[in-house]
Amino acid sequence: MLRLAPAITLVMLLGPIVAGLLGTLGPAFGYLPVLGANTVSLDPWRELLSHSGFSSALALTIVSGFGATVISLALCIALCATSAGSRGFERLQRALPPLLSTPHVAIAIGFAFLIAPSGFFARAFSPWATGWDRPPGFATVNDVYGLSLIAGLVLKETAYLALMTIAATGQVAMRASMDAAAALGYSPSRAFIAVVAPRIYAQIRLPVYAALAYSLSNVEMALILGPGNPPTLAVLAARWFAGYDLAQYFPAAAAATLQFAVVLTGVGVWRLMEIPVGAIHRRWVMRGRRRGFMEPALAATAGLGKLSVTLAFASIAILALWSLAFRWRFPDFLPETWSLAIWAQHLGSVARLAGVTALIATVSTLIALTLTLACLENEQRRAVRVGRGALWALYIPLLVPQIAFLFGVQTLLVRLGFDGSMGAVIWAHLIFVLPYVFLSLADPYRALDPRFARSAAALGASPSRIFFTVKLPMLLKSLGVSAAIGFSVSVALYLPTLFTGAGRVSTLTTEAVTLSSGGDRRVIAVYAFIQAALPLVVYAAALVAPAILYRNRRGLR
Amino acid sequence: MTHDGLELRGVSIKVGDATLVDGLDLCVAPGEVVTVMGPSGSGKSSLLAFIGGFLDPAFAASGEILLDGASLAALPAQGRRIGILFQDDLLFPHLSVRGNLAFGLTQDVRGRAARLARVDEALEQAGLEGFRDRDPATLSGGQRARVALMRTLLAGPKALLLDEPFGKLDRPLRKDFREFVFEHARMRGLPTLLVTHDAEDAEAAGGRVVDLEAA
Amino acid sequence: MSLAITGAIAAEERPWSEIVDAARGQTVYWNAWGGDDKTNAFIEWAGAEVSRSYGVTISHVKLTDTAEAVSRVVAEKAAGRESGGSVDLIWINGPNFFAMKDQGLLYGPFVEALPNYALVDEEGKPSNVVDFTIPVEGYAAPWRVAQIAFVYDSARVERGDLPGSMAAMVGWAAANPGRLTHPNARNFLGATFLKQALYELVEDEAVLQEPATDENFEEVTSPLWHWYDTLRPHLWRGGADFPNSSSDLDRLLDDGEIEIAITFNPATAALLSESGLLPESARVYFLEEGTIGNTSFVAIPFNAANKEGAMVVANFLMSPQAQARAQVPTVLGAFTVLDLDRLDESERAAFETSSDHPAMPSPAEIPPVQLEPHPSWMTRIVEAWEARTAR
Repeated sequence: MLRLAPAITLVMLLGPIVAGLLGTLGPAFGYLPVLGANTVSLDPWRELLSHSGFSSALALTIVSGFGATVISLALCIALCATSAGSRGFERLQRALPPLLSTPHVAIAIGFAFLIAPSGFFARAFSPWATGWDRPPGFATVNDVYGLSLIAGLVLKETAYLALMTIAATGQVAMRASMDAAAALGYSPSRAFIAVVAPRIYAQIRLPVYAALAYSLSNVEMALILGPGNPPTLAVLAARWFAGYDLAQYFPAAAAATLQFAVVLTGVGVWRLMEIPVGAIHRRWVMRGRRRGFMEPALAATAGLGKLSVTLAFASIAILALWSLAFRWRFPDFLPETWSLAIWAQHLGSVARLAGVTALIATVSTLIALTLTLACLENEQRRAVRVGRGALWALYIPLLVPQIAFLFGVQTLLVRLGFDGSMGAVIWAHLIFVLPYVFLSLADPYRALDPRFARSAAALGASPSRIFFTVKLPMLLKSLGVSAAIGFSVSVALYLPTLFTGAGRVSTLTTEAVTLSSGGDRRVIAVYAFIQAALPLVVYAAALVAPAILYRNRRGLR
Repeated sequence: MTHDGLELRGVSIKVGDATLVDGLDLCVAPGEVVTVMGPSGSGKSSLLAFIGGFLDPAFAASGEILLDGASLAALPAQGRRIGILFQDDLLFPHLSVRGNLAFGLTQDVRGRAARLARVDEALEQAGLEGFRDRDPATLSGGQRARVALMRTLLAGPKALLLDEPFGKLDRPLRKDFREFVFEHARMRGLPTLLVTHDAEDAEAAGGRVVDLEAA
Repeated sequence: MSLAITGAIAAEERPWSEIVDAARGQTVYWNAWGGDDKTNAFIEWAGAEVSRSYGVTISHVKLTDTAEAVSRVVAEKAAGRESGGSVDLIWINGPNFFAMKDQGLLYGPFVEALPNYALVDEEGKPSNVVDFTIPVEGYAAPWRVAQIAFVYDSARVERGDLPGSMAAMVGWAAANPGRLTHPNARNFLGATFLKQALYELVEDEAVLQEPATDENFEEVTSPLWHWYDTLRPHLWRGGADFPNSSSDLDRLLDDGEIEIAITFNPATAALLSESGLLPESARVYFLEEGTIGNTSFVAIPFNAANKEGAMVVANFLMSPQAQARAQVPTVLGAFTVLDLDRLDESERAAFETSSDHPAMPSPAEIPPVQLEPHPSWMTRIVEAWEARTAR
């Protein structure tokens, strides 16, 4: 059984993606036999290209995707460069995990509450400083240039990339390199950029591509923060898929396929750009400059990075505030009347949705953990060396746009009569949960001193006994963290739930997005707040439980 | 013909093109301690790993290993009944001292009371009566080393492999523990193979010395 | 609709008691727009009631757009799923109803099998039987009546200063730039804002009762677009951006970003001021010539897995009990579909006590209802609007 684990895992992971991509590719070229469309044609593409907002949608997608990724990476590097080797680095390390576990949707909703023309910031300065007794008449959210969308994406992706960077510092002997550079007269931040950053970049390359792919293709953030007419390409495709006119499926599939091409090309372009950027970096290092604009520039960028982290936390806080308001009109800085009424009204529904959300997240995480452990244990027992191909395979679900394969998956599910079932939703979640669980667990698992297992074997313990009584208990903390990450990934998923759940399975996330199309900020806040709180609670439990269990075991702290 | 104890016949270990051990023949009688010496990279530890049954597949090994006349080739590590002590004590950090010992104790001893009695007896032999519920991480280096040996012995091994187990202990402690180990090995009549690069260890073992050349 | 699929579906002829028996234990997946908190709460209440009385459970599938549910049924039909479908009941009217009825995606006719349908007012409220010019023919059960009205804050604006017609909106917006907008035309209410103007500006209203054609669409709607092009620069955010939904629009009114908000529910002012979403000074007014009105229906897809349960729910929604509750301004404020003359004394009394809120319009204020144009007008107007407003 164990030797089949890698194969089973790959099929579970990539099977639906490949099938879904093909199932989308067909209608993109006019082929969808169930609708009686049996001939291949370019009509869907003609229709897509002649759509009035098409070119703006495409431009918006590319600008917001690349913009958000470039800015996030810059903020992340500046944050790490200015804090490396100081206390600030540890503070960063502690501050970021909660942000990583907070769903995109909650951050987007909270961020909109902050920056909207009638949002918290405008209220804070009105009317005394701005003279506004009504919200200003310009768009700070859903703006046509996608600036608020870029900003919202930056809040999330900066935290993600910074955590990946921090994790990578362990593998590149950051401290020793920086000390050596300091002895040669380089400031810490300059030393980081010169000798640490290139090696870290090599480590976080795939996470950067994943961030780029997400920024180019996400639907949920673009729905909440992006413009509406035209929206981004992914939203356009999702909108057409949801329309009642079946003929719209074809341009929708074309848009989804184009989305896939945009991401592939985007990652390719990014990869190519690494070459000149690397060359410039090497030339700059050769010059040996010890002083210049870099330090203040990095400090300023890091300031923006800190602002981004602060705004992300403020986005969660504003949700709590709005959920407790009853009447809160512009320009009141705080609610005129407070109330628990909204909570009371929605408690039943919130609890039910939180239950479903937690169930899906728990089951998909447990399956992901089981498959991951089976693969890792198989790898150790059979002493398999895992190549880079396996790593890329794990990243495929994070790189392929969801919209590009979920439609195909949905058609398949409908044909099998499997849509709208819990099983289908859990499987769809597994596709995204598994990579994160695997990536977070593989390193600690492989790093466990193999001599513990050898000692146990020499004492007569069978491999399965070693697995259950030695390895798992020793890795409890890592297991907890991986499980919490998997759980939070599942909670945050919007499109996979929507497409496989057939509306019958809804979660806090689908509910929050549905509500965000309405206007009652208090109700939206209740759902978005719980959506943010659920993974946080699980994350905290994952940290606290091993600490309590092993409170008398110094060796595991 | 076969011997009691541990016997190696024509053992060779290669990694890539390099031959680490070339046709080694060796008999270790019950209660005897044979020392294998050699510089780092000479294949000492690989030899022990081959005997113990967990040689990395990157190595190619051939030859026969017999324990009390029976070949070990077909047996997995957990079935060989060969105890091994590493340079680090490798006590399981999630188990108490007693938990570690009970993990090691052979399953032939049945019943909770009987098992605990055997564990406590071992603790007494090691002079660690008061430590049974302690977190191993709170013990001193010497105490941990003794717990590790008792854990190995409780599994009822038929031979003992020592992979520089004294390397990390400081001088006076090292001497004490070395004597403690040899005494228990002789008392139980265990054929013992000691790997070290320290001449003093070899001298204290008092038995034959096999030298492995650097590869 | 090149992909129209037709299928023969038989009328519901079982006796009511048999339907009720079969319904017991069923879970009805009611697909209904989920953007309105009050409606969501009403559906939850209805769920509790039918569960207690009939053992039928309602699971509210909250949609961001009714088209999502239609698309699901269409996809199931395409995949050959003739029974066991995932949608049991849809809150529907207009183009969505037309599309489903036209493509044979609806179960029925079934309303004659529902005992409470006998109470429905078919003469006084013609939109109960003709939806957007499409004869309902028993394929959908009415459950609430809607009529266009406009909400404003009487503490900020004088009633007398408000525009009394769509044409007058232009002058008002020019004098109050940025203080008027309408939901995105992809949204039902947004499209209705444009239809309301079309009604007023079209030369001959009768043309709207026929399907729009490639030949006449441009000509008929040219006064509309002329009007809109003049109005748009004075709209909120210069007409470059539009709120997503009616509740988004109400929020703008509450924040003071705009002064006039279109609504499909004349009870909006009462409803939202009670729940803290609009000031207590919020009021509604109507256009002088009347406003568009329509009926909200529930319909059952041809392949619904729980048809009996769905019929029980539809019947319950038309009950005097549910209708009287829906009419309470703090619940939904929805006008009833029933003919009150057919109710007995005590049932009628429940309706009379529910309309004395200061923010509720008096019956005298409510102007005549204008009938919805054929759905094709709406579909085409939305397309044309999208093309005009896309960057």
